[in-house]
Amino acid sequence: MKKYWQSFGELNQTEAFQQSAKDEFKEELLPLSDLDDKGILDAKTPRRDFLKYLGFSTAAAAIAASCEMPVRKAIPYLQKPDNIIPGVSNYYASTYVNGGDVLSVVVKQRDGRPIKIEGNELSSITRGATTAQAQASVLDLYDTTRLRYPMQKDGKDFKEVTSFDAFDKLVGAALGGLNGKPLVLLTATLNSPTTLQIINEFLAKYPGSRHVQYDAISYSGLLLANEACYGKRAIPSYHFDNAKVIVSLGADFLGTWLSPAEFSKQYAQNRKINTDKPELSRHIHFESMLSLTGSNADDRFLHKPSETGAVALALLNALNGTEASFADKNLNEGVKLAATQLKAAAGNALVVCGSNDANIQVVVNAINETVGANGKTINWALTSNYRAGIDADLVKLTEDMNNGAVGAVLVYGVNPVYSHYDGKKFADGLSKVVGISFNASMDETTEYCKYSIPSHHWLESWGDAEPKTGYFSLIQPAINPLFKTRDFQTSLMKWSGNAVSDYETYFKTYWNTKLGSVDLYNKALQDGVVEPATMPVGNGSYNSSKLEEAKVKIAAIKGGAVEVVLYQKVSIGNGSQANNPWLQELPDPITKVTWDNYIMMGPAMALSLLNLDVMNQSMGKQSNYEVHPEKPTVKITANGKTLELPVIIIPGMHPSVVAVAVGYGRQSAIPERTAEYIGRAANGAGKNAYILVGFDGTNSYSSPATVEKTGNTYPLAQTQIHGFTENRPILYETSLSSFIADPKSVLKEPNEERESLIYKGGDNFVKDATIYPDFVKPGIKWGMSIDLNTCTGCSACVVACTAENNVSVVGKIQVQRAHEMHWLRIDRYFTGSLANPDVVFQPMLCQHCDNAPCENVCPVAATNHSSEGLNQMTYNRCIGTRYCANNCPYKVRRFNWLDYTGADSFPDNQEPIVGTYMDEVVMQMNDDLTRMVLNPDVTVRSRGVIEKCSFCVQRLQETKLNAKKEQDPSLVRNVKVACMQACPTNAISFSNVNDKESDVYMIRNVEQKDRVFYVLEQLHVLPNVNYLAKVRNTDRHIGVEG
Amino acid sequence: MSCYRKFFCHLTSLLFSLSFIFISQHSYAQDGEALFKANCQACHKPLEKLTGPALKGARDREPNKEWAYEWVNHVNTMLESDPYAKKIMAEANGSRMQQFNLKKEEIKAILDWADAYTPPVTTTNPAGQPQGDNSMIFGILTLVLALIAFILVQVNSNLRKLSDEKEGILQPEPVPFYRNKTYLMAGVLILFGLGGYYTINGAIGLGRMQHYQPEQPIYYSHKVHAGTNQISCLYCHGGAQDSKHANIPSVNVCMNCHKSINKYAGPDVLEREDGTAVDGTAEIQKLYAYAGWNPTAGKYNPDTNNDGIPDGAKPIQWIRIHNLPDHVYFNHSQHVKVGKQQCQTCHGPIQEMPEVYQFAELSMGWCINCHRESRVDFYNQADSSGNKFYSIYEKFHADIKNGKLDSVTVEKIGGTECQKCHY
Repeated sequence: MKKYWQSFGELNQTEAFQQSAKDEFKEELLPLSDLDDKGILDAKTPRRDFLKYLGFSTAAAAIAASCEMPVRKAIPYLQKPDNIIPGVSNYYASTYVNGGDVLSVVVKQRDGRPIKIEGNELSSITRGATTAQAQASVLDLYDTTRLRYPMQKDGKDFKEVTSFDAFDKLVGAALGGLNGKPLVLLTATLNSPTTLQIINEFLAKYPGSRHVQYDAISYSGLLLANEACYGKRAIPSYHFDNAKVIVSLGADFLGTWLSPAEFSKQYAQNRKINTDKPELSRHIHFESMLSLTGSNADDRFLHKPSETGAVALALLNALNGTEASFADKNLNEGVKLAATQLKAAAGNALVVCGSNDANIQVVVNAINETVGANGKTINWALTSNYRAGIDADLVKLTEDMNNGAVGAVLVYGVNPVYSHYDGKKFADGLSKVVGISFNASMDETTEYCKYSIPSHHWLESWGDAEPKTGYFSLIQPAINPLFKTRDFQTSLMKWSGNAVSDYETYFKTYWNTKLGSVDLYNKALQDGVVEPATMPVGNGSYNSSKLEEAKVKIAAIKGGAVEVVLYQKVSIGNGSQANNPWLQELPDPITKVTWDNYIMMGPAMALSLLNLDVMNQSMGKQSNYEVHPEKPTVKITANGKTLELPVIIIPGMHPSVVAVAVGYGRQSAIPERTAEYIGRAANGAGKNAYILVGFDGTNSYSSPATVEKTGNTYPLAQTQIHGFTENRPILYETSLSSFIADPKSVLKEPNEERESLIYKGGDNFVKDATIYPDFVKPGIKWGMSIDLNTCTGCSACVVACTAENNVSVVGKIQVQRAHEMHWLRIDRYFTGSLANPDVVFQPMLCQHCDNAPCENVCPVAATNHSSEGLNQMTYNRCIGTRYCANNCPYKVRRFNWLDYTGADSFPDNQEPIVGTYMDEVVMQMNDDLTRMVLNPDVTVRSRGVIEKCSFCVQRLQETKLNAKKEQDPSLVRNVKVACMQACPTNAISFSNVNDKESDVYMIRNVEQKDRVFYVLEQLHVLPNVNYLAKVRNTDRHIGVEG
Repeated sequence: MSCYRKFFCHLTSLLFSLSFIFISQHSYAQDGEALFKANCQACHKPLEKLTGPALKGARDREPNKEWAYEWVNHVNTMLESDPYAKKIMAEANGSRMQQFNLKKEEIKAILDWADAYTPPVTTTNPAGQPQGDNSMIFGILTLVLALIAFILVQVNSNLRKLSDEKEGILQPEPVPFYRNKTYLMAGVLILFGLGGYYTINGAIGLGRMQHYQPEQPIYYSHKVHAGTNQISCLYCHGGAQDSKHANIPSVNVCMNCHKSINKYAGPDVLEREDGTAVDGTAEIQKLYAYAGWNPTAGKYNPDTNNDGIPDGAKPIQWIRIHNLPDHVYFNHSQHVKVGKQQCQTCHGPIQEMPEVYQFAELSMGWCINCHRESRVDFYNQADSSGNKFYSIYEKFHADIKNGKLDSVTVEKIGGTECQKCHY
């Protein structure tokens, strides 16, 4: 049997691991730690005290409970709006915009509050896909640190400006007194046609002024290379759905590169298996660290980041018949493989590269020309507008501000003081000019501005976006502005004396005129998108003149003995949403670490640098690295800057490469103010790695570095080691060739075992392998199917589940104690060699077993089974024995150790433990403002109860109710659970399996029956969630075969 | 006592369902009545002016006999041209009639019914009679009997003692009964039993608020509105068929009628529970204050601060009577639209309540009992009647065919499972 492992300890069954595995609930880390091992009578809290507390608390509870019932008010509307029925949700099409990122979404609004984001299926670009960040952005609307009114600087602090008129006067005076110095409008990439038009009108009023676009993570290299090769400073549309062979040179296109939701949707299209005609695209990945996309690749090869250019060149040469000659034989093999595959699939091949070096991108363009991608998988007739920032522009702006060549800088939606490698110099410059910030919170950059006039959150604004030329996505408000904020556009219009009074009017006029009629405008708002009937397809005119120059420059790139790669996580991204507790607590798909960034390094470097042998850990002090939250820290120096960060050891890293995530370490100018200004979730979470960025014409996200042992430790909250598989087989995979040869081979082993368990002589595993009776599900039986082939681990489903089901945020301290509350987690398994393992992601949630082991151990029947196959959890009945969690083979039941939600009847049982057992961020989530995000259909759980996935029972009930109201059982097929709806690759299906035309019934019995397996089926727990075995398109040996 | 209440409850619902059967048996004129109740009742009465004019004899007052048929379906256009239309809108203080889409026969049925309408003879409702409560008499009887038994036991023991002495058997001095260990033990046991019973019952009842009847900011009588004036419950509580909340109507819904109805003129006598009289007209004035309506000018206050509502208007802070705990999910539309339950099933004889009180216990046992007994509108494969959604329950269909099952209760389709209400 092939071995799948989550941690090194599990792989090698180290002593430390075995000790830790015995203690599932981590009792030594519980609040009752003063009990030690002595038993309750000998504890520091003796019996009499115990009885006193018992008596007191009983009496207190009796008194508290028997007090008079509070008088509750019911306050109806004064004048009820026509389109609101309290208790019924409305849905509005809108657009999630963050920097240049654009995602067409549908906003669920309940009683006037936006509470959930879903993808908009009418968008032909994203087709209903979402990302973790888009899912989480509804929480940003209720961020307690959002600025609530316009302000001006007064000494070191800011004071309120009482009205917008007064503010306009102040700004008018300030801009009038610039003495002819130009002003600069500094924004992230803007792709809103109306906003760009307003900006042009604004700039016309201030001659000599300019608009600078700045992206925290730059794509300048790609833009400049495209300008050199295709004459357009633009990014084309990529069509992963047309690509039979995909080669990525470090482009994390499923996680963070350019437009991951769009690419995931396209990518998954060719990663689904059609049993009649099994075909898969081939994905070959070259990279230096283990990224999300790399871990989904069929074949993955490692190189130093300084060799990226050389690999690209070698690939180009290999396509022309020259073999690669790296010292690393594997890499040579990889280049050869990629070249052969690309050649074979010419016209249906695509090469993408994540480097920000224009020269490398020039070579990649040459490769794409050679393999015939231009016009096929790369569409130059339809350019993408996600990124437009050029790094040199910001460098020049910084110089200009410091030289006094610029009079005023208007900052909207960017935070260069934090995210630029020389943020300090930018801050110095900014304090010398008239700085006006439109940013939503008192971030690092706004602090250095003289004026702050926060703009609306996108859920409060009108607006539009043009993610691709000719493809528009409209934004309409789903709530009135919560605070005294004003559209950025309205401010510009006021300050340039525009005749139109506000942006809303401007927007409506613009779109009514453009579309031609009010009806078409209303339809566009309702659909959320305006798109041409057919997609333009075409190629760009290629010009290879820069290729030779690029080759020379690439040859000159120097590496180091150790090199650092800076990357983005799927959760925090570039750091603009760093104060979002949902994203901070989302475990990184690869490392499973929450709340921090760290240095990723391979086991080999850990052994040589830290003398830490992960394959041989004992409970000794030095080497219980993996089971203890305290991790050794290392000092890393690159580009003259130093950071000290803890180490996470991950297989599949290049042996001389370390990787650090950007987006962490948000900090105010006065560090003590970070919690107040930037937020309690961002405060103290990691360190700012942007300072390690290099610059040589474009930003460079990898550089030679030195690493140095410190002897210090730092605790990391990692969820990876919180559950173990006890060596049980939990997933199956195979290669495409052996699947085609014998589709049944992949599940031969579990299927044979299942047959062997039928002891009654029949042939029905469900009925004949148990002493329990079989219960019929007379009407509906819910079932879920998860395709391991298309699950990329992107974690959008985890955030969607958190938002839909009011899952608590517990904070870093509690995650360290394995008390995270996520109902749905993505288990990450390694298999194969330490140096370059394969990775499998397996979403794990309550399996709703029909013969559930949790149900028959509950002493109060708080968890039991429904006639629709749901494993029901009744919070108000649960007394918290945790027998069920102990007995669950999937470890999906979560216990509320503390009052994370403030739902208990005693108001003050949180504050006293804040800082010791509970993080301050829990209080942030309990703020009246933040609680507006709660889903009113789902109970907010109190302390001391177990909770777990309910299959979104509130949605099931709603769907059934609609079907009953319409008297139409086929409406049940419309059911969508939150994780399924969020998934950008449609890896999750859910339906009524009693319905023989439903998705899951078809998958299990017709379409995919050779790949269907149930996790731990041999236990006869009869799960209602099935998985589909993973099939990789590779020549390597995969899974059980051979 | 509770069994009487249950009886009362059943009787009321029985009377209700009977009255519906009674109604549906009459054919033509009664169609008119049903149509009237569904469409017109919120603004019209047959005999008197409400928001709109009385409907009796409407066709005789109008310019011609056919006018009404035109008017009902073309209100918006006729108000611009027709002088009589303008006149009746002026008479209704500018309240504009809603435009309907009714067939001519339907309008005719309504008007025929109104023309033939005679006020019903008021009869006292036998179910409304106070029911005698016998538990007191039983209690006293039990006490008296217990006392007699006690005296007889004492007498018996004294007599036995006397006879024993007579026969020369020596008996110890009698212990007075209050020091007798048997009595003490029995007393302690009885006290323990009673104490336990009341403690447990009290604890179970914590947070339950049956009969809760707070004083509301406006004395609003359901008896006047839903009882005497027969306004459909759904006119104000429309959410009951669409949403989980039945919803308390917003002030603008009240004003739909009360723009014209500014005086209370009976026939019901308005009084609070303690017997103090209530001035109905003064309560309507309170509504005007909340709505920002100027009754003398007959229009809303101006909106000087441009917030979209008349100056001085503010929402009414009603005191909430029916509270379910946060961990209970209850959906009105499930019960009203799908389950076809009458409001009175849970809310009691609301049309007879001057001030609303919580009629039902709203306890889990109460919910479950109803779910055990109530039958769903199960799909009948033979004649395609019933809710087609239930056609998916193949097993029950087979059982019905085989005669194993005669009807399907809510419990059968999972209506007593935890996660139907707790999630």
